[in-house]
Amino acid sequence: MINTTDIQTEDIPDHLVAHFTSRTGHNSADLIEGETGAWEIIIGLEVHAQVMSDSKLFSGAPTGFGSKPNTHVSLVDAAMPGMLPVLNEMAIRQAVRTGLGLEAQINLRSIFDRKNYFYPDLPQGYQISQFSDPIVGEGRVSVDMKDGESFEVGVVRIHLEQDAGKSIHDRIPDQTCIDLNRSGVALMEIVSKPDIRSGAEAAAYFSKLRSILRYLGTCDGNLEEGSLRADVNVSVRRPGEDLGIRCEIKNVNSIRFVREAVDYEARRQIEILEEGGKIDQQTRLFDPDRGETRSMRSKEEAHDYRYFPDPDLLPVVIDEAFIAEIKASLPELPDIKAARFVSEFGLSEYDAGVLVAERETAEFFEAVVDAGGTKRDPKIAANWISGDFFRRLNADDLEIVDSPVSGAQLGGLIDLIADGTISGKIAKDVFDEMFDSGKEANAIVEEKGLKQISDAGEISAVIDQIIEGNPEQADQYRQGNTKVAGWFTGQAMKATQGKANPQMVNQLLQEKLGS
Amino acid sequence: MALDTDTVKRIARLARIHVDEADLGLLADELNNILVWVEQLDEVNTDGVEPMTSVVEMIQRLRVDVVTDGDIRNRVLANAPLSADGFFVVPKVIE
Repeated sequence: MINTTDIQTEDIPDHLVAHFTSRTGHNSADLIEGETGAWEIIIGLEVHAQVMSDSKLFSGAPTGFGSKPNTHVSLVDAAMPGMLPVLNEMAIRQAVRTGLGLEAQINLRSIFDRKNYFYPDLPQGYQISQFSDPIVGEGRVSVDMKDGESFEVGVVRIHLEQDAGKSIHDRIPDQTCIDLNRSGVALMEIVSKPDIRSGAEAAAYFSKLRSILRYLGTCDGNLEEGSLRADVNVSVRRPGEDLGIRCEIKNVNSIRFVREAVDYEARRQIEILEEGGKIDQQTRLFDPDRGETRSMRSKEEAHDYRYFPDPDLLPVVIDEAFIAEIKASLPELPDIKAARFVSEFGLSEYDAGVLVAERETAEFFEAVVDAGGTKRDPKIAANWISGDFFRRLNADDLEIVDSPVSGAQLGGLIDLIADGTISGKIAKDVFDEMFDSGKEANAIVEEKGLKQISDAGEISAVIDQIIEGNPEQADQYRQGNTKVAGWFTGQAMKATQGKANPQMVNQLLQEKLGS
Repeated sequence: MALDTDTVKRIARLARIHVDEADLGLLADELNNILVWVEQLDEVNTDGVEPMTSVVEMIQRLRVDVVTDGDIRNRVLANAPLSADGFFVVPKVIE
């Protein structure tokens, strides 16, 4: 991990980063009104994504999370003298795959450089990274906002680099413990253009990027375990003027924190500028407990990484056939899938967007709709998934892949509602029962005798009994107090344990009490 | 290009090498001599020549993504001046 206490930033000099934004115009809602007029926030993200691979970038040690300290370490990762790095093909493959997923330029020749700095969890004394010639060049991410607005964020580059180890400062007093399990794990650094204009947009971009990486299978996107983290660059300016001086907020590890960090930092900068002050270009930390950013300890030394090509590694050269092979294996990505859900299933763009955000959800939806040759109602399927299904998953703290109810099983339940076997209300109980037992919907309905009563004679008899037993309420109804209608319906449902067909109950009630 | 003693001091610090104040002048002279020697390369016209990043005309060989190493904590920690509970232990690096 790049340490939060290591304030050396400025990874890439200005001549290599396109520090200009191609985004013109702005959503006026995103401007911040200060004491002295409107301000525009300019944001760019550097996202570190851990590459999904079994072994490390330059060694054969494993990458798994949560193991005992220093057990996933080879002598290469510990930087013992004489050890040499050997490049993992999977890291190259995953970086190219990510580049293709972001519609980016893939560079056939790239170079690994040494980025020199001292920190106890960086045993080599340098990080192997890519500086002048990264493996992936310019690309783009299209981001949709909740209000239906969408915008594009330019990607400047993606380069591969080693993760550092982990420093633990609170385990032993006056000492720091070092665990090198992460040392040498492959990371992709995805650098965006400063095309983002609000905290909400920054969070939406980060979330979209995570979704694409998970579709591609190149990063697991696990924020708690640090597989994905963002360095957020924030500056403010008067609309249309030159870019202001930026501050970098390091290592933000949640989508919500990205938004909160930007919102706080923008307000802080505006306050300083409006009081006639100047922004110091600095590295800051976001403190989620206090919801604020604060300056990290500064060092007297200026940033100086003294990059140079790593003499232990040769230039990486790939060919078009290698790229074509990876391209052929790309999955349907969220934007294309969402468009298909709209055209094929007639879903709203919003519903489609919710369903495709996670690949597993989209696959589940398609399984629910697929009734073997015919299609179930997509809107009903979408409602069940975003309603009761998600509610139960959240309540039981389960991921969709661990759901005890499969897509086909939920489809079976929807069939029972569609053909009138059970009411929508009973279906909710059946669903919970399915979730608990893993049984099929029709088995539960059979077992518990939950079939909807649609027999007019049977329902009629029940209603007659209620009217007879409650002459007072019946009179009120006849005198035009329609409020008691609901009461009658409730009594009829109660008498049938909720199994009476509600439409038929209402219809018969009207026939018997009306006029 | 000539290095002054302040730059030499900074280079030493970046490399975590302790240099006595008294030696700075001498080191500056020696480093400047090296730079002058290297600057002879400026005589060669390199217009249109790709910067060389490796001295051998080969490309990087790649390794298959298989776990072949790790689980050697005792060897990894063998040379550590201080270790505890499987961690390297160093003087505290934040205040």
